[in-house]
Amino acid sequence: MHNPAHAGTARSPLVRAEDVTVRFESRDATVQAVNSVSFTLDPGEVLCILGESGSGKSVTLRALMRLLPPRRSFLTGRIEIGGRDVLAMSERALADLRGTEVGMIFQEPMVAFDPVYSVGRQITETIVRHEGVGRPEATRRALDLLERVRIPSPARRLRAYPHELSGGMRQRAMIALALSCRPSLLLADEPTTALDATVQIQILLLLRELQRELGMAVIFVTHDVGVAVEIADRIAVMYGGRFVETGPVGQIMRDPRHPYTRGLLTSTVHGSLRGTLLEAIPGSPPDMTRLPPGCAFAPRCRYAEPRCEAPPPAVDLSPRHMVRCVRAA
Amino acid sequence: MTTAPALDGKPRAAVDAAQVAVRSRGYWATVALRVRDDKVTIVCGIVLLLIILSAVFADLIALADPYKASMLKRLKPIGTPGYPLGADEMGRDMLTRLIYGGRLSLFMGISPIVIAFAIGGSLGLVAGFLGGRVNMLIMRVMDIFYAFPSVLLAVAISGALGAGIGNAIVSLTLVFIPPITRVTESVTTAVRSLDYVEAARASGAGSLTIIRVHILSNVLGPVFIYATSLISVSIILASGLSFLGLGTEPPEPEWGLMLNTLRQSIYVNPWVAALPGAMIFFTSLTFNLLSDGLRSAMDVRL
Repeated sequence: MHNPAHAGTARSPLVRAEDVTVRFESRDATVQAVNSVSFTLDPGEVLCILGESGSGKSVTLRALMRLLPPRRSFLTGRIEIGGRDVLAMSERALADLRGTEVGMIFQEPMVAFDPVYSVGRQITETIVRHEGVGRPEATRRALDLLERVRIPSPARRLRAYPHELSGGMRQRAMIALALSCRPSLLLADEPTTALDATVQIQILLLLRELQRELGMAVIFVTHDVGVAVEIADRIAVMYGGRFVETGPVGQIMRDPRHPYTRGLLTSTVHGSLRGTLLEAIPGSPPDMTRLPPGCAFAPRCRYAEPRCEAPPPAVDLSPRHMVRCVRAA
Repeated sequence: MTTAPALDGKPRAAVDAAQVAVRSRGYWATVALRVRDDKVTIVCGIVLLLIILSAVFADLIALADPYKASMLKRLKPIGTPGYPLGADEMGRDMLTRLIYGGRLSLFMGISPIVIAFAIGGSLGLVAGFLGGRVNMLIMRVMDIFYAFPSVLLAVAISGALGAGIGNAIVSLTLVFIPPITRVTESVTTAVRSLDYVEAARASGAGSLTIIRVHILSNVLGPVFIYATSLISVSIILASGLSFLGLGTEPPEPEWGLMLNTLRQSIYVNPWVAALPGAMIFFTSLTFNLLSDGLRSAMDVRL
């Protein structure tokens, strides 16, 4: 393939993030958005980052591609994609990485397309830019992509402007755009949140299918447990800018160990009986400008104890299941 | 109930074809179609085109010499044989002078906007895209210009530079750079933070590509429309400068200047004296209405 960095490294991880920390600084506040997040992702694996609004999921995703505003954000730690150090990359090398090896889809397909160009033009533009093929070839590829994401009458949609497509159709086109240069990693930032439920499930199934077909790795950010279960191989639960629990999806669902994960699962409708009250997590998400030194969840945790004032240890329950809670030890 | 089988039986291709007819028109085709339905815009466009064409081809159209004076024909009323729109205070044919006057008035009105569009547009784009200190510097300088009323500023700069067409254009350009810069800057800032710019970055577009492809194309439209709406103001200001003796000099035909020289005759022959004013009024009105019509036609999201 066009990417020699991947040749023969099938067993080594595609993404390796170590101690990734993101800080936003403005005149009046410093926001600790991501606090030493570490994980690895194998080729073809689907990782779901689950957490509520403001927990740092989207920031983590953007950090992987260095999409954060350079002047106001400070990114430390180590990020490797396909064995290459992302933080050491030049702007040029980054532009090369984005789109070819890493694709991204966004929450609002409404605003993710430039309104003044047709959908086809935007897809072919990316293909031409990265692969240096001619326009007719790029157009043929774009048509192929639209067929692949199952947009009906794709030839016509190529010439359509973004506002002429429905939300679901636009999200499909967005996926086509992200896949235009066959990336080995797809970053998805709540791609189903802005869609209604029936379209949501279609998009999820499509993503899952494309992921299997193309053997892509996917990092999928969502706040919806149901969506996570549908698509993930592995789940990372994020709270206060930290991964508080990571593990294979089945294990997390069957045996959640972190009190926050448990709270998330019990506060979701799981075909539970009508009339039974859903259990909500008391309190509200932490203020990211003033995170406590210890466990960020402690103020809302019903099991909180004095030990929680200190930074909680990362406990490995099994090689693949990690929990950051003193009670798990 | 009878429609259900018919719908099911309808071949897919037919449905598609029907939709093609509705949907896939190009951008400019849509704009043209919208303009076609807008009578005011069409009428304004035609009137404006006539004014511009008559100014350009004045040599072919005009019957008389715009400079030829005749003491006997002074201030002849409208409808005098040989003088369809009367004669001015020097006995020159009004119709001819109004036609020739359009040349200078339009030139002095439009060229400042064109220059200001280029300069102000670039400044606003740079300020909006770079942000931070550069933005601060550019925009604060513009704010200084904003502190003066536009007429006063134009008169002051023109007065300082001295009378003449070139200086009048320079002063008008300086008047129009700040508003165009400000509009460009605010549109650029808004566009820059939109998701599709981030999406473009995420698909590997560099800063230059983003400015050229995504920002420019989204900023240019609104700024262009805004600039066309300024042309009417510019024509009035240019005529005003000439009226005050800061633009063209006699005996050059120019609407503002004609208005000034005919001022004394307003009690003798008010209709003739009002003609240059009417030309200024109609020209700037049609420019305004046309730019309004274009704005609504060119907005894809409406």
